[in-house]
Amino acid sequence: MPATLARAAERSRPVSMAETRMLEVPAPLAPLLPGGGIRKGATVAVEPGLGGVSLALALAAPVTTGGGWAAVVGLSSLGLLAAAELGVDLRRLALVPGPGRQWPAVVAALVDGFDLLVLRPPVTVRPAEGRRLAARVRERGAVLLVVDAPGWPEPDLRMSVEAAEWEGLGAGHGFLMGRRVDVVASGRRVGGRDRRLSVWLPAPGSGRMEEVAAETPATTVPFLERVSG
Amino acid sequence: MTGGTRMLVAMWPDWPVAAAGVASDVPAVVVASNRVVAVTAAARAEGVVTGIRRREAQGRCPRLEVVAADPGRDAREWEPVVAEVERLTTSVEVLGPGSLALVTRGPSRYFGGDVALARKVGEVVEGAVGGGRASGVGEGCRVGVADGRFAARLAARLAAPGGLVILPGESANWLAPHPIRSLGADFADLTDLLVRLGLTTLGDLAALPAPSVLERFGVEGVRAQHLALGLEEQGLEGRDPPPELTCTAIMDPPETRLEAAAFVAKSLADDMHARLAAAGLATTTVAIEVETEHGESLIRHWRHDGDLNAVALAERARWQLDGWLAGSGSGQGGPTGGMTLLRLTPLEVRPDAGRQLGFWGGTADSDVRAARAMARVQGLLGPEAVTTAVLQGGRGWAEQVRLIPWGDSRQEPDGRPAGAREVPGRGAPWPGRWPGPAPFVVYQPSRPADLCGSGGVPVEVSGRGLLSAAPVALAVDGGHSQDIVSWAGPWPLEERWWEAGGRRRARLQVVVSGGAAHVVCRERGGWWLEASYE
Repeated sequence: MPATLARAAERSRPVSMAETRMLEVPAPLAPLLPGGGIRKGATVAVEPGLGGVSLALALAAPVTTGGGWAAVVGLSSLGLLAAAELGVDLRRLALVPGPGRQWPAVVAALVDGFDLLVLRPPVTVRPAEGRRLAARVRERGAVLLVVDAPGWPEPDLRMSVEAAEWEGLGAGHGFLMGRRVDVVASGRRVGGRDRRLSVWLPAPGSGRMEEVAAETPATTVPFLERVSG
Repeated sequence: MTGGTRMLVAMWPDWPVAAAGVASDVPAVVVASNRVVAVTAAARAEGVVTGIRRREAQGRCPRLEVVAADPGRDAREWEPVVAEVERLTTSVEVLGPGSLALVTRGPSRYFGGDVALARKVGEVVEGAVGGGRASGVGEGCRVGVADGRFAARLAARLAAPGGLVILPGESANWLAPHPIRSLGADFADLTDLLVRLGLTTLGDLAALPAPSVLERFGVEGVRAQHLALGLEEQGLEGRDPPPELTCTAIMDPPETRLEAAAFVAKSLADDMHARLAAAGLATTTVAIEVETEHGESLIRHWRHDGDLNAVALAERARWQLDGWLAGSGSGQGGPTGGMTLLRLTPLEVRPDAGRQLGFWGGTADSDVRAARAMARVQGLLGPEAVTTAVLQGGRGWAEQVRLIPWGDSRQEPDGRPAGAREVPGRGAPWPGRWPGPAPFVVYQPSRPADLCGSGGVPVEVSGRGLLSAAPVALAVDGGHSQDIVSWAGPWPLEERWWEAGGRRRARLQVVVSGGAAHVVCRERGGWWLEASYE
């Protein structure tokens, strides 16, 4: 009897359930995305290069601290200390660094239990494979972040990091403290037009993702200043 | 109230050193996370005791031999001993590596009384341990007989080499003068409180009226009082488990490898724990059973002081399988063929009193789903393929992170959960630690790089840690070179120079045109890309 009821509930459940819910993103990124988050079930392509890995880790942080689970598949050289500094709860971050040829099966298995998956496929993806996984992600209401996946079919959203500017490092002195980047979102879920937002990733001092204050600090701190008297 | 079942407990003090195969006249210790957990007689004569740090032990006895702890080895070496004792009686329970318990009622009458039985068991254990290796190992077997496991274990601990037998019905009186801390680590919080309340001996606790103990200290207090009274540990709560709690796995094709069988055991343990939890029960004794393709059936009972949770259960099943498989190699009664069936049966259950779910219950659901998904991936790729990370003290980025295969305990050896905010050594100063944010990508191994000054001259680092020229271009893996916008360093880093694995490096932070930041280091006469801020 309870099994029958469960089946009935399964059938009559509104199909839009997963669509209407949002995956929480770091607060500074909320203005960038329509609805203030990423829709559950979406596939997001994160462009590699300047800041792809750090952006993926920053997106994983609110998921893990909010009681959800995130998994990273295929990124063998991930800086986990940096992940912790960005606010990721490492207890809820599963790592599968070497999925090998079975990566589609691994992703399909993880989609069932995880809220966020970061994937770097070890080989070039066949478009049919990508579409199949994207459909499974949509059905399960997870979010798939694909980093550096040539051949992946058109995702719901593209995110990239551009115009990175580091603070704290000079010509032979100082040390890296923080980085100001432009996060760009494009694709069919943002109304066809690129959106751009400037954030700290990581912010000096805290090491987290933070919004850039209206009056940005001077990039060069004067070494000595003349005082009166 | 009637007394507990008459029990015999045999234990080998400092079993880990005996299991490591160290003779007792050699000063040696077994250490787990830098704490001494077991010592030989020779080391004890030098003033080395359990609980002190390794360095302090070495200070007290400079020629000390130090062996790393290995619970698997302890259990594996203990298994033939249990098999020998099992020839005397069938009801042998393993309490842990180095100790076992049995019900004396049958064998006592057969061998002519508790004293004779204690002597017999002592001889058998000594023979089994001494038979496999050079004589003079460890401290010798200690045997205690009393009402209930707790009293028997305490008697064994305090026994002279000959053994200690407490007369029937006398256990409560014998226990009374012993300190309340004898209740053991499971009751650490309670005993702490009782001592502060002025109840310092087991007799003080036993003398309290039982209803008041329940009212003031709850179920845990009643359990402690039962122990102090020499009653059966389970008191009135113990009952026979319903048969549907038994978990069985058929292995086809038959399994001969430990890793694969242990993995099956792990999922069985999870399964059984879930069924117990669904029934609101916890188990304290479990039978681990294996059948082989040659029709052999091996069974062993494991008992634990507290509740056996899924991780502890899987661990014990693994030890037991390891012991059996080790025995089969040397012809000591292990399985002769592949294992076809593995079964876990809870032998004693009691209501689970120590679990309180979160009010919203939300975490439990998502945790269960994630755990199931990870177990599936482990089934695809092997148990080592799925890990979670724990932060620890260290200097390098990689050293500050420890990866733990999913399902292994994230507990530190001292019982604290790993990954908690206060990790040992995290807050300690680590001179030479990297300033500022850690890199997002750490290359293992480092990638070869070229660093050039103006005019394409390779940059070098002198013995005094100075650059030969300001770097202007960086090329990685022989790729095209990128202009360096800003840089700092070098930061010299000399690690472990006192031993063979020492490294000497000098690090630079560079930002190339376009905004990408890298960490390059000079080592062994070349430049290496160590990490990137990607």
